[in-house]
Amino acid sequence: MSSRHFRLGFIIFLTPVLLWLLTLIVIPHIDLLIASFQAENDQGKLVFSLENYRNFFTDSVYWYTFVRTAFYSILVTVITFLITFPLAFYITKIASKRLGGFLSMLLLLPFWVGELVSIYGWMILLRESGVINYILQGVGLIHKPLPLLYNDFSMVLGLVYMSMLFMVVPLISALESLDDSLIEAASDLGASKFTIFTRIVIPYAAPGITSGAIVVFMLVLGDYLSPDLLGGKNSLWFTEQIYNEFIASFNWNQGAAFGFLLLLLSTVIVWLGLRLSHQRLDKAVGA
Amino acid sequence: MSPILEVKHLKKMFKNFTAVDDLNFTVEEGDFFSILGPSGCGKTTMLRMIAGFLEPTEGEIYIRGENMAGIPPNRRPVNMVFQNLALFPMMNVERNVAFGLEQRGVPKSEIKKRVNDMLERVGLAGYNTKKVTQLSGGQRQRVAIARSLVLEPSILLLDEPLGALDRKLREHMKIELKLLQKEIGTTFIYITHDQSEALVMSNKVAVMNHGDFEQIDTPQNLYKNPRTAFVAGFVGETNRFELAQSGHGTLETRSGWKLAKKDAKTGMHWLFIRPESVILLPDPQMKDLNRFRVTIKTILFDGANTKISGIVEGSGDEILIHLPQNAKFEGIREGDRLEAAIHPRDLRCYPKEGS
Ligand SMILES: Nc1ncnc2c1ncn2[C@@H]1O[C@H](COP(=O)(O)OP(=O)(O)O)[C@@H](O)[C@H]1O
Ligand SMILES: [Mg+2]
Repeated sequence: MSSRHFRLGFIIFLTPVLLWLLTLIVIPHIDLLIASFQAENDQGKLVFSLENYRNFFTDSVYWYTFVRTAFYSILVTVITFLITFPLAFYITKIASKRLGGFLSMLLLLPFWVGELVSIYGWMILLRESGVINYILQGVGLIHKPLPLLYNDFSMVLGLVYMSMLFMVVPLISALESLDDSLIEAASDLGASKFTIFTRIVIPYAAPGITSGAIVVFMLVLGDYLSPDLLGGKNSLWFTEQIYNEFIASFNWNQGAAFGFLLLLLSTVIVWLGLRLSHQRLDKAVGA
Repeated sequence: MSPILEVKHLKKMFKNFTAVDDLNFTVEEGDFFSILGPSGCGKTTMLRMIAGFLEPTEGEIYIRGENMAGIPPNRRPVNMVFQNLALFPMMNVERNVAFGLEQRGVPKSEIKKRVNDMLERVGLAGYNTKKVTQLSGGQRQRVAIARSLVLEPSILLLDEPLGALDRKLREHMKIELKLLQKEIGTTFIYITHDQSEALVMSNKVAVMNHGDFEQIDTPQNLYKNPRTAFVAGFVGETNRFELAQSGHGTLETRSGWKLAKKDAKTGMHWLFIRPESVILLPDPQMKDLNRFRVTIKTILFDGANTKISGIVEGSGDEILIHLPQNAKFEGIREGDRLEAAIHPRDLRCYPKEGS
């Protein structure tokens, strides 16, 4: 095939992708970026202004929510990893093929019913008259129902629950290609189980861990439903602030500025995470 | 002194299938001990029990007199070179070789020194920071061996380590491995299904079939005096004939080829004749030979290993005969009739298997 033909084919395939990127992502974002630098002046006219960003730095509630959102997103990512890694290891390396397949299906279940329905499921379990409190009181362990719902605990629970699949899938695919004989060889050379995990299994699965962590982190950071429905009145999420500006206050300019701050936050944290773990984005995404 | 490895009544069952069946053998310090057998006969299973990856169903393994029962792989004084090498892909050459020493808490400076010494020994000096994925097959092979040998194990276990290499490199590595073993003196237990690897490198070979050893012997004895029909057929090339009768100083094949052999026992079922034990154009003066004529059907040219496929006159038995590539046999063509002979000593007879 001549390079001319190749180029033509390339352009034909690339055009829809570029159009999609341009119309649905680039243009709206440019529009929002411009909006974020505008504010109404005394006459109610939109003019260039840094006021939206200044508001963020001067009002401590924004700041507080911002840092809180970042902290809990990282926490949820870490917890999700700690839960799913042994699970992925069990599914790929220990369980039989059939059991492994069955367990993977179970992990898919929350996605069948959707986030909203599984959140209501958690509510039924956790509320004061809910299943868990009912059982605990029934066996006499507690006398007053525990406040399990509408706090940071229930919020993290819900977020971890909906993130698990996004972590476990890249982990499984990374661990599946790990040859059992590598583990045996390490053991043969004198390594303990712990060393095998830290020096062989985790480094081998690192690209999968990275891509899982990035996806989960971004999803959690940008999630709205779980923090809103499972979190308490005081457990604000930054997306809720954005929602408030756009929908409640009808201040699109302020909302756009917050949106960009969130984008900046996720970029910085992902970049920092990659630097600290000596991973590369292209490898993680390609894995 | 007790032998370095002693295996007693070793047995391994997978559900109802017996993979290794009542093995008994000893390996002496400094041996290059090979286990030769067809694929699926239980070699890997046996080796993995010695390394500690598999629990024996029955029997014991002693290393330097110490019972290995219940001792995990990371605390046995043996190391294994895996069939697929199992190099750590995320580490460079140096880190791979240093891995075992790091587990033992050897000081950093000493690790560096020992790793460099080892790499030099296997001819990989200066490859320290190369990625293992960038090495050639033979180099990867040597990294795997260096990684185990640097720990100075009592026994090095090797599971068909040359299997993945191409022929030329395999021939080369055979000699290199033998020399390396001689130089360092570590006991090697080497598994292979390739008889030439076993014969060239080892000073002891065990021939394995269906989970059991048929014969443990020196390579020379194995070749010259195979004890069972299986060994005779598996080690080296051979012609096999079914016997109609044996005893009273004669053998007779199914198709009626009569051969004299004074010490022929009765009740033998198989006759084995090696292609190189047939004498072409024998000296008329030579005594005690079974003389016969063959008609050449085809010449199977293979350099130094060239053979003719001939038909024995009278009985019609087909026989492969080694054809030396020298001036004496230069004129031989397909369809020629030739004088040939076999010494009775080279007629090897065996009873029917299982009897
Ligand atoms: N984990 C296992 N479960 C069931 N059968 C096995 C297992 N490992 C090996 N086998 C069987 O045991 C026999 C011997 O296998 P192996 O020791 O790998 O042979 P070799 O190394 O001589 O080729 C084979 O028939 C194989 O199918
Ligand atoms: Mg094998």
